[in-house]
Amino acid sequence: MPAVSKGDGMRGLAVFISDIRNCKSKEAEIKRINKELANIRSKFKGDKALDGYSKKKYVCKLLFIFLLGHDIDFGHMEAVNLLSSNKYTEKQIGYLFISVLVNSNSELIRLINNAIKNDLASRNPTFMCLALHCIANVGSREMGEAFAADIPRILVAGDSMDSVKQSAALCLLRLYKASPDLVPMGEWTARVVHLLNDQHMGVVTAAVSLITCLCKKNPDDFKTCISLAVSRLSRIVSSASTDLQDYTYYFVPAPWLSVKLLRLLQCYPPPEDAAVKGRLVECLETVLNKAQEPPKSKKVQHSNAKNAILFETISLIIHYDSEPNLLVRACNQLGQFLQHRETNLRYLALESMCTLASSEFSHEAVKTHIDTVINALKTERDVSVRQRAADLLYAMCDRSNAKQIVSEMLRYLETADYAIREEIVLKVAILAEKYAVDYSWYVDTILNLIRIAGDYVSEEVWYRVLQIVTNRDDVQGYAAKTVFEALQAPACHENMVKVGGYILGEFGNLIAGDPRSSPPVQFSLLHSKFHLCSVATRALLLSTYIKFINLFPETKATIQGVLRAGSQLRNADVELQQRAVEYLTLSSVASTDVLATVLEEMPPFPERESSILAKLKRKKGPGAASALDDGRRDVSSNDINGGVEPTPSTVSTPSPSADLLGLRAAPPPAASPAPASTRNLLVDVFSDGPAAQPSLGPTPEEAFLSELEPPAPESPMALLADPAPAADPGPEDIGPPIPEADELLNKFVCKNSGVLFENQLLQIGVKSEFRQNLGRMYLFYGNKTSVQFQNFSPMVVHPGELQTQLAVQTKRVAGQVDGGAQVQQVLNIECLRDFLTPPLLSVRFRYGGAPQSLTLKLPVTINKFFQPTEMAAQDFFQRWKQLSLPLQEAQKIFKANHPMDAEVTKAKLLGFGSALLDNVDPNPENFVGAGIIQTKALQVGCLLRLEPNAQAQMYRLTLRTSKEPVSRHLCELLAQQF
Amino acid sequence: MMRFMLLFSRQGKLRLQKWYLATSDKEWKTMVVLAHKPKMCSFLEWRDLKVVCKRYASLYFCCAIEGQDNELITLELIHRYVELLDKYFGSTCELDIIFNFEKVSFILDEVLMGGDVQDTSGKSVLKAIKQADLLQEEVESPHSVLGEMGLA
Repeated sequence: MPAVSKGDGMRGLAVFISDIRNCKSKEAEIKRINKELANIRSKFKGDKALDGYSKKKYVCKLLFIFLLGHDIDFGHMEAVNLLSSNKYTEKQIGYLFISVLVNSNSELIRLINNAIKNDLASRNPTFMCLALHCIANVGSREMGEAFAADIPRILVAGDSMDSVKQSAALCLLRLYKASPDLVPMGEWTARVVHLLNDQHMGVVTAAVSLITCLCKKNPDDFKTCISLAVSRLSRIVSSASTDLQDYTYYFVPAPWLSVKLLRLLQCYPPPEDAAVKGRLVECLETVLNKAQEPPKSKKVQHSNAKNAILFETISLIIHYDSEPNLLVRACNQLGQFLQHRETNLRYLALESMCTLASSEFSHEAVKTHIDTVINALKTERDVSVRQRAADLLYAMCDRSNAKQIVSEMLRYLETADYAIREEIVLKVAILAEKYAVDYSWYVDTILNLIRIAGDYVSEEVWYRVLQIVTNRDDVQGYAAKTVFEALQAPACHENMVKVGGYILGEFGNLIAGDPRSSPPVQFSLLHSKFHLCSVATRALLLSTYIKFINLFPETKATIQGVLRAGSQLRNADVELQQRAVEYLTLSSVASTDVLATVLEEMPPFPERESSILAKLKRKKGPGAASALDDGRRDVSSNDINGGVEPTPSTVSTPSPSADLLGLRAAPPPAASPAPASTRNLLVDVFSDGPAAQPSLGPTPEEAFLSELEPPAPESPMALLADPAPAADPGPEDIGPPIPEADELLNKFVCKNSGVLFENQLLQIGVKSEFRQNLGRMYLFYGNKTSVQFQNFSPMVVHPGELQTQLAVQTKRVAGQVDGGAQVQQVLNIECLRDFLTPPLLSVRFRYGGAPQSLTLKLPVTINKFFQPTEMAAQDFFQRWKQLSLPLQEAQKIFKANHPMDAEVTKAKLLGFGSALLDNVDPNPENFVGAGIIQTKALQVGCLLRLEPNAQAQMYRLTLRTSKEPVSRHLCELLAQQF
Repeated sequence: MMRFMLLFSRQGKLRLQKWYLATSDKEWKTMVVLAHKPKMCSFLEWRDLKVVCKRYASLYFCCAIEGQDNELITLELIHRYVELLDKYFGSTCELDIIFNFEKVSFILDEVLMGGDVQDTSGKSVLKAIKQADLLQEEVESPHSVLGEMGLA
C-alpha cells in the first residue's frame, strides 16, 4: 500500500482505492465496487452501532465511488449524523458528502439545516466556515429560506473572525445569485460597502465579489462603492511589490483583488466626481505604464498576473469608451501583444481588440494592425487563435478594407479547420453583402465561397444571393454569365448547380445572345449535372427547364423530351414525378401567353433581416452581429425600390355569363401544375427562420391559381410594363365614399371573397388571401352593360397616416372594358403597422360619354392580418391577466342583429381570424379566441371572449390586446357582425 | 464566476470535479475529451463559457469561467492551487490526489467558494488546512489495524 495517505489516514479507504487501481478491467472494477457497496450497506444496516470513525470511512468510500462515476443513493443519513460529530474531520466529511450528493428528502433537509444552524451558532470559526461552505455549495432555495437572514448578520458582525467574514460574503453572494428575493436588503448593505476598506486583504477579496453582484442589481444603492474601490485600487497599484506580503503574487501586488476591483468599476459609467475620476485615470495610466517596464521576474506567473490586470484595465477603458487617449494607448499595447511569443497573449489581444474595433475612437487604430491580423490568420498554429483572428478581421472590416479582408478570408477558407468553416462562410457572405459597392464583386465572392467551401455554404447563404440578384436588375446579366462560366468546371459543387440553375432559369435570356451560351448550350450544361444531383436539386432544375421553355421556345422540344423520359415521368420520387408530369402537361397544353404569365420572372423579394445575419446571431448569441445591421439596411432597402414588379394582372374575359366575377373556388386540377413543394423550395427563400413559414409572397403557385383561370386572349407581357403611378392622387381628388361603403365593408370583416359592390353598370368582386402581414387581393371589375367603358381607372388611395401603416401596390388595368367583359386587378398588400381605417378604392370611367365615379372602402381591416394562436386554458388566463391595464381592454354589450346560432357565430369568429379555444371558458356557451396581429413593425397579441345571452338576445364582447387602439377597433369591427 | 473545475488525467480519468452551478452530466464528458498540447493556447471557447486549461505533469486542470471573466487570472488561480497542493503534500503527484481526494477538495474550498475567489494568500489557506489537521490529530484515537484490514 502506498504511503501517500496523509493526515487522518483512513487505511481502509486507502486499501480500497489501491484495490480499484489494481483492477485490470472495467468489469473487475465494477465487481469490486459492488462488493464494497454491499459491504457498506450491510454495515449501515447492521445491528451494531458504528462509531464516528467507521461512518466517516464508509461515507468517504461512497464519495470515492461517486467520483468514479457511479450513482450513490444511500448514506445520506450517516453523513447527516457525521455533521453533528464534534470531531472536525468527521464533520468535514459529512459536509462534503452533503454538498456533493444533495438530496431533496425533506426530513433530511430538516436535519441538515439543524446541524448547520448549530454550527453557525457555535462561535467556532472552523465549524462556522464549514457550515457556510455547505450552504454555498448546495445553494438551494430551501437553504436560502433557512439562512439568508442570518448570514448578513455574521458578515458584518464586529466580532466575526476574518475567515468567517470571507466565507459569509461568498455564501451570501451565492444565495443572492440563486434567489435574490430571499436576501433582505437593509442596514447591513451600507456596512458591506465599507468592507472595501477592510484591513484584511482576504476579506476585501471575498467582499468585492459580493459587492459587484449587488451593484449590478441595484446600481444606485451602491454608488458609494465607486470612490472606495478607486482608492483601494490606487493603493494597490502604487504599492511596491513587497508591500502586500502574502498577497503579492510573483512580485505583482494583489492581482486577484485588482482584477475584481476593475470588474466592479465596470458596473458603472466613469466616475462623476472629478477627483475620483482623476485618481482612477492615474491608476489606469500606471497600469499601462507598468506594462512597458522590464519584468521583475522571468517567470510566466509574473507576466500572467501583471497582464491579467492589464487586460482588465483595458476592458474598463473600453467600457468607459470616453477617453480617446487611453483607448489608443490600449490599442497600441494590444498591438504589441499581437506579436508576442506567448500564444495566450496573442489570443487575448485578438479577443480584446475585437471590442476595441467597435469604438469610434479606436476603430482606426485597430485597423492599422490589419496586416498582423491577416498574418495571424495564415500562420497561427492553434485553431482557437486563428478563430480569434477571423473574428477580429470581421470586426475591423469597413468599406475601406472590405475587399482585402474578404479575399484573405476566402483564401483562409481553403485551408480552414472544418470546425469553423461554416462560420467563416457566413462572415464572408455578410461582409460581401454589407460592403458591396458593385454587386458583381458580391456575386463573385459568393460563387467563390461555393467553389471553395460548397459543403459549408448553408441554405441561407445561397438563398440570399438569389434574393439579391432577383432584386437588383443591374447585376442579373453578370450573374447569369458568371454562373454559366462556373458551371463549366468539370466538378462543381451541388450548391453551385442550385444557384446556377435558378439564375439561368430566371435570367438565362440575358446571355443567350452569345452563341457560346446559347439556349441549347445552357440547357445541356445544366442537364449534364442533373444526374449527379440530389432530389431537391433535380426538382429545382426541372423548374429551371420549364422556365427555359418559356424563355427559349427553341428548347421546348428537347426539354419536353427530357420530361417525357421514363426516368422522369416514372421517377420513384413522387416530387420529381409530379413536377415532370405537370410541367410536361403545362408545356403542351398552355398557350405561349399563359406560359409567359405562369413562368414569369420572380418578383423582387420583400426585404427582411438578412437570413445569414440571423443565422450568425443564432450561432454566436445575440449581439454578435448587431454591429452590422445598420449598414446593411440602407444597401438593401434600395433593392426593393429598384426592382421590377412583374406580377401581371389584367386578363379580360368576354363572358356573358351571369357570374361575371369568376369566383369559383378553384381552377380545374389539370390546369394547375402547382406542385406542393415548389412552394416549399421557393418560399424558403423568404423565410428567415429554419421553419419555412408559408408566405403569401408571389410564388409561382399563387400565380398559377389566379392567372390560369380565365384563358387570356391578349399577351399579358404587354401589361407588365407600368406599375401604378408612384404618387397616388390625394384624397381631395376623389369623392367621398358612397353612403353604403361602411356597410359593404362590414360584410367582408369575416370573409375574404364576394361581391363588394354592384349597380346597373358595374359589378366589383373581391377575392383575397392573407398570410402573416402580407395579403393579396384580386378585384374583378365586370361591365354589366353591352357598351365599352372608357378611361377605366380604378385606384387605391391611402388617406392620412394610413400610408405609413399599410402598403398597397396596384397595377394599372387596361383603360377599356368591353361590354360584358371583366378585368382583374391584383393588389399586393403589406401591413406595416396597426391601422384603423381602411384604404379607399376609387373607380372612374366613362360610360357612353358620361363620367362615372365611385369611391368604396377597400375591404382590408386589421383583423385580416390575424394569425390564430392555439393555447391551453392556463396560458390563456395567464395572458388574459397580463393584459389587464384598463386601456388594453375593450368591451361592448350589444343586441343581436342576427339569429343567435352557435355554428354561425363560430364560423364568423374563425373568419374574423382568431383561433377558437375550446375548454377554456367554464361556460360552454361562451366563445374564447386568441390570435396575433402580424404587422411589419410589431405584433399585437389579441384575446377575445364573446358571451351570448340567448334570453336577452344580447352579446357581451370583450377584447384584450397589447395595444389599446387595436382593442377598441377590433371590438367595434367584430360587434357589428352578430 | 467559475462554473466548474475539473481535474483529470491524460487518460481522461476524473480526479476531482467541482461544480458551482448545476449542469447536466452529459456535458462534462465533452469536456474530458479536450485534447490539448502544451504549446497551444490555454483558452478555449465552449458553448457560452470560456475554458481555461493547464497541464501539470500527468494532470489536466480545467476551469470554465463566464464570458466576462479574466482568463489569465484564472490560469494563475490554477497555478496557485497547484502550489498549495505542492506545499501541503510536499511535491504532489497524481497519486497524492487520488488517495487524498477529500483533502484536495478541502484545499480547493479554501481558495474558491461558490465559484468565486475566497482567498489567494498561500499562507492563510495552508494555515486553515493545517489547523484542521491539528484538530483531528488531537482527537483521533488509534484504531486497530487488523480490524480495518478485515473491513476492507
